[in-house]
Amino acid sequence: MALPEERHVLVVFPHPDDEAFGVSGTISTYIKQGTPVTYACLTLGEMGRNLGNPPFATRESLPEIRKKELQASAEAMGLTDLRMMGLRDKTVEFEEDEKMVGMMAELITELNPSLIITFYPNLSVHPDHEATARAVVRAVRRMKDRPKLHCVAFANNTLEVLGAPDIVHDMSAVRDQKMGAMKAHISQTAWMLEEMEHKLAQGDMDTENWLTQERFYAYRWDQDFEETF
Amino acid sequence: MELVEVKKLQVQLDAFAGKDVYLHLETTNGSYATHFNEGFFNAGAFIRNVVINYELGKVVGESPHRVGLKLPHGWVYAQGITHYEMDEQGRLLLAGHDGSGKLAVALEISETPFSY
Repeated sequence: MALPEERHVLVVFPHPDDEAFGVSGTISTYIKQGTPVTYACLTLGEMGRNLGNPPFATRESLPEIRKKELQASAEAMGLTDLRMMGLRDKTVEFEEDEKMVGMMAELITELNPSLIITFYPNLSVHPDHEATARAVVRAVRRMKDRPKLHCVAFANNTLEVLGAPDIVHDMSAVRDQKMGAMKAHISQTAWMLEEMEHKLAQGDMDTENWLTQERFYAYRWDQDFEETF
Repeated sequence: MELVEVKKLQVQLDAFAGKDVYLHLETTNGSYATHFNEGFFNAGAFIRNVVINYELGKVVGESPHRVGLKLPHGWVYAQGITHYEMDEQGRLLLAGHDGSGKLAVALEISETPFSY
């Protein structure tokens, strides 16, 4: 499926692998269409819990492993502008809020994206996801000409709060790139991928749809998550 | 990392006693615990690069082990320790990994600061 033309797409997530499951098909498609895409990844997932038993990594060796996985994922998607923003996993929400907005505003000013992709505030489960979403929404809220803001939401109450996704991308055409991105993060995704591939081999359509369809909500400025910041 | 061998780990704990060392201590259920199990009460703690100087360090029990450090004015301890490693930078890394390979607890000691 061809996606609407964009000037530049900015993707902002806090962890290596946040892009893989929900957005890597969309990223790959924009890149195939010749749209510049920047992925700003705020941390290196330093606090990831999947270290194996027997262990394949330690708390101290994990960041370097995940950095290489992130670079491999970018390569699988054809993405060349990967920004590693240097924050620490699980601490994003404790950073100074205005500093976070500034970090996002700087990226937006530099890249002038027509579309930004991040998480949906209050519906993205992990505290780092929420902090990232808040920072992006706040930075965009302050802009005179706001770019489109497409958000990933996966909290258990998402359907209740937002209804069905506004935007569904059929990413069957870039299935290989998407599998490549997911496999790149093997230290964290091995168990999940094994289960997924087992279901796909059995012809499970829910899993196939979950894999090939990427779902977004256009941020609802009329139901903004806060009055002001 | 290797499974804890009490005698070997005890020697390594002794080697850091009486020195200023940087501490990393964390316990975690993961940030998704409540997402996958809505009634779950998710608690954990994290401290990194705080300098301590312990007078006595002990590893006790069958696996998963407890490890305690006695300070002049207090204590540090961790329970659930299964694995350990003296890494190439001379840092003593202890961790508790559950049956599915997820880290639940980590206690690390180093004479130089850990990265950010």
